[in-house]
Amino acid sequence: MGLDFSIIPKYLDVVLLGAAWTMGITVASAILSFFGGIVFAVVALYAPWIIRQPFRLIEWVFMGTPLLLQLFLIYFGLVQIGIDLPAFIAGIIGLGLHFAVYNSELIQTAILAVDKGQMEAARTLGLSRGEALRKVVIPQAVRAVIPPIGNNMIALLKDSALVSVIGVSELTLSAQRVIGKTYRPFEFYILAAAFYYVINLCMEWVQRKIERRIAISR
Amino acid sequence: MTEQTDFVEIRHAQKSFGALEVLKDISLSVTRGQIVGIIGSSGSGKSTLLRAINDLDPLTGGEIWLDGVQVNKSLPHRQYEKHINEMRQQVGMVFQHFNLFPHMTARENVTMAPKMLKGLSQAAADKLAEEQLDKVGMLERIDYYPSQLSGGQKQRVAIARALAMKPKLMLFDEATSALDPELVEEVNLVMKRLAEEHMTMIIVTHEMDFAASVCDRVLFMDKGVVVEEGPPATMFKHPTKERTREFLRKHIEGAK
Repeated sequence: MGLDFSIIPKYLDVVLLGAAWTMGITVASAILSFFGGIVFAVVALYAPWIIRQPFRLIEWVFMGTPLLLQLFLIYFGLVQIGIDLPAFIAGIIGLGLHFAVYNSELIQTAILAVDKGQMEAARTLGLSRGEALRKVVIPQAVRAVIPPIGNNMIALLKDSALVSVIGVSELTLSAQRVIGKTYRPFEFYILAAAFYYVINLCMEWVQRKIERRIAISR
Repeated sequence: MTEQTDFVEIRHAQKSFGALEVLKDISLSVTRGQIVGIIGSSGSGKSTLLRAINDLDPLTGGEIWLDGVQVNKSLPHRQYEKHINEMRQQVGMVFQHFNLFPHMTARENVTMAPKMLKGLSQAAADKLAEEQLDKVGMLERIDYYPSQLSGGQKQRVAIARALAMKPKLMLFDEATSALDPELVEEVNLVMKRLAEEHMTMIIVTHEMDFAASVCDRVLFMDKGVVVEEGPPATMFKHPTKERTREFLRKHIEGAK
């Protein structure tokens, strides 16, 4: 059986829908991982001991175990304690928190690297520590870590294929389903790969846009 | 009859870092509108004293009073934070390295705190930014980011930022030390103009000429104590203490 790419148009809508799900899940969990990363970083650096501990446990779980297991735990495990999440929500939470932990590491380092004169200047004007963090320190830290966070987000896009295991019809699973009908794995995996590549390019473009916008204010 | 309390009063200020005592029982009072210069070699404690006034470097002993209110009074943590934030709004500070917020334009640097802490509307804040930046000759650069400004321009924006909070007292911590020589004058001019407006100022400086021309009083500090103080004419021309003479000799030779 040779290759026949002419079969693609017939099933393109299925794969496109899968690509749309992948994009949606990636964007939603990227946003969650970004803001979650900031929250984790601030808690790790500034929260009192008693609040830090549960967060450390969450961080340990999400950093020290496979993402696949985390997705199973959130989707199948939480049902047992009465939390029944739709698969795509479970996927977004799993991916989002997993990468939030990685983003948090970057943001913590960046917060500590902001010149201490910045905090002093803000405090001198009368801002509280919290206000100074929010308006002065964190915005600068976040600007500094946009490039490495961008790398994490591309890893997130690729790992979003894992949510197929909890039944979300994203790009990889859609391709598999089409292959199940057509027995044409090469054509449709290549097609899926091409879509991942295009989404990747879009994300890099957005990242460059953001970087250019903040370049002047560094 | 009410007793005259001075505008700024430092009573028996003492500060140690571990075993190292950097301020040893310093008392100083400044009247409203007075301009006090503090000179001394690095490590003399002059910056520490300045930074104690708005509690950036809290004292380990002694009291700081501003306009009849004790700055470093003892309060439970929460209340102290609130109190100190209110006190700091009344004290402007200018740093050696400007410490402008790099992610904000000159306008945003000036308006951030007034908007946040005094609830100014955007329109009122814009007007304030224009006023204050005009005052330091930076109106044309109102929408520039710090990275697009020279050192002197940055420092002038930093002064505008401090003035926008309408402080009662301005503290200058070696405001021109990090500047290229040709940029010092523009910052000095702004400070002179403030002096003409009778802003109360405490200025830590290495520039003897500037101190002589602007200050009403000059203190010479060494090893955590005020060795000598007086009007600049006396201090610079006829210092009475040997340590002062030595410092001035070195400094004036160094400047040549």
